[in-house]
Amino acid sequence: MIVQDSKIILEVRGLCASVNGVEILKGLDFTVKSGEVHAIMGPNGSGKSTFAKVLAGHTAYEVTAGTALFEGKNLFELAPEARALAGVFLAFQYPIEVPGVANNQFLRLTYNTIQVQRGKEELDPLEFDDFVREKMKLLEMSPDFLDRNVNEGFSGGEKKRNEILQMALLEPRLAILDETDSGLDIDALKIVSQGINQLTNKDNAIVLVTHYQRLLNYIVPDFVHVMEAGRIIKTGGKELALELETRGYDWVAAEYQAASETRVAEGAV
Amino acid sequence: MSTVTSIRRPAAGYLETLLAGQPQLPTSPLPRINKLRAEALNRLEVLSLPTTRDEEWRFTDISPLTKLSFAPALSATHLETADVAHFYIEEATTRLVFVDGIYAPQLSSAASDSGVVMSNLPTVLATYAAAIEAHLGRHAAFHDNVFAALNTALLQDAAVIVVPRNVALAAPVHLLFIATQKEVASYPRCLVVAESGSSVTLIEDYVALQDETYFTNPVTEIVLADNARVNHIRVQRDSGKAFHIANCAVSIGRSSNYQSVSVALGARISRYNLNVLLAEGAECAVDGLALITDRQLADTHTCIDHTQPHGVSRQLHKCIVGGSAQAVFNGKIMVRQGAQRTDSIQSSRNLLLTGKARVDTKPQLEIFADDVKCAHGATIGQLDSEEVFYLNSRGLSDSVARNLLTYAFGAEIIERIPVASLKRQLEQTVLEQTSSQL
Repeated sequence: MIVQDSKIILEVRGLCASVNGVEILKGLDFTVKSGEVHAIMGPNGSGKSTFAKVLAGHTAYEVTAGTALFEGKNLFELAPEARALAGVFLAFQYPIEVPGVANNQFLRLTYNTIQVQRGKEELDPLEFDDFVREKMKLLEMSPDFLDRNVNEGFSGGEKKRNEILQMALLEPRLAILDETDSGLDIDALKIVSQGINQLTNKDNAIVLVTHYQRLLNYIVPDFVHVMEAGRIIKTGGKELALELETRGYDWVAAEYQAASETRVAEGAV
Repeated sequence: MSTVTSIRRPAAGYLETLLAGQPQLPTSPLPRINKLRAEALNRLEVLSLPTTRDEEWRFTDISPLTKLSFAPALSATHLETADVAHFYIEEATTRLVFVDGIYAPQLSSAASDSGVVMSNLPTVLATYAAAIEAHLGRHAAFHDNVFAALNTALLQDAAVIVVPRNVALAAPVHLLFIATQKEVASYPRCLVVAESGSSVTLIEDYVALQDETYFTNPVTEIVLADNARVNHIRVQRDSGKAFHIANCAVSIGRSSNYQSVSVALGARISRYNLNVLLAEGAECAVDGLALITDRQLADTHTCIDHTQPHGVSRQLHKCIVGGSAQAVFNGKIMVRQGAQRTDSIQSSRNLLLTGKARVDTKPQLEIFADDVKCAHGATIGQLDSEEVFYLNSRGLSDSVARNLLTYAFGAEIIERIPVASLKRQLEQTVLEQTSSQL
């Protein structure tokens, strides 16, 4: 929801980032205020997932220029775990399997780590068990997933639910969901979307990175951004997603190209 | 009246001293045992200690062992239950305890319900001569194996377990070998016979009361008749100064199932040779974990031998190597001609925690049948940076994330142990050892 005079949660200016010396993000600007839901769409290779990982602090990506302020703090000065403790959450496109660690053990460890950071009480295993089972109902997850190893042998959809379960437990200020809809069948998509919708409030914000408009039928964005070649080249409301669904991305790129030429021409005058 | 056989002195210097230190063995009432000893002694005259010039010992230099002299314990250390109760496993209602290689009846709780044999060799020799004759020394070949020959030449006592036809033992059996004295050589021997349709869980456990230098040279033979099931958990938690060179031979009968988890934590130098022979439709899972540090060396050599059709084998062997330790894994899968429809998967995964840690791994497939499904692979490396990042992104610090992943790497094997208290105990050990190293 767009809230009048709400606080800026994330402000990215002129972000450039590269991986293995190849520049992927080329001057990206992006602002998120509390209460808002943003969707970032764009063709394969446009840099959407890179942007998500750079915000979470993946070490394989090097920030070469630009700034990102998260609630006034310089995000790029924080280690990945410090960003998580500050309230940034990334739901992975491909959640990692951790054989040998039970899911409940892992979830409790991360939950308590964040609780301590927030000056709140840790939960013992029994208290946590009750707490997490409530959260799992939100996502219609079977309690069996608590005793299994983290993501091991989970189907694609089960892994995505487990990511959103972590979001529900950690209550981030900024949740970046990287293609959470991919690999979900329509029933799972509805359940996961409903879960996410219940987690949104006026104090947090969500950035959905997605290929498909389908997700946006269930989680209605306030803003839709189109990424192309490492930049955001168009921003609109939820209706933009529908237009992209019918017309594809090429027209946006063409429009952006024409506008830049105009800018260059005007600049030349 | 019992007579004594004198031990002839083999030529090889080191072996000679080892044998010379032995008290003379009384002649066994079972002719089979005297014959075995004599044959093994004969082989010792021919065999010599392996060096790194032998292909099977290429990566495992046992010269530190040969610089020390060992003799068997002349008297048993008398231990009370209170001294060793912390080694007991709560689920195991029956337990055979050997102290420095000598059977300790006061610490053991043997049982013989419903025809189950669970005792030491001399006690059951007369009553169960047939089973002993049929299997003792017939599975663990010593012809070309100097350490198996040494054990067999000095064969005197053994843990003997016979599970009769269609008997399923619910509680695990604990075979506990406790080292208490320095410079002692012990030659533990186990014979386990699971008759048709029976099932049993064995825990073969090597522990030390003190951090001393000693030499343990066990031989274990496990026989599964048709349609039997054996869970075999082997824990080597010897002293960090000890030498442990073990041989285990398993023969799996038709449609039988053998599941083993071996964990090597202790010893300065350890070597575990495991040979598994599968009959038609037999299945096995042979998993292992070596968790070592400092200057330890842990070597696991396995051979899974499919001799008949429709056998299934699974093997996951892991090493976590810290300090300047060295782990060796050599895993051979043999699929003989006629062993059609064999289904075999083997994986060797290794984690090096320091720049000086080393692992030598050699998965080997030898296939002589043409309709089989076999896969094998090996990985060596540090922790996966994507996994570390995943945990970081959930707020866990680098050291917590690395500890957790290292622990998890080992726990994947430990959690296959079907005895809850032992599993918890070993998980704790893995947790402590991995967190102290990172």
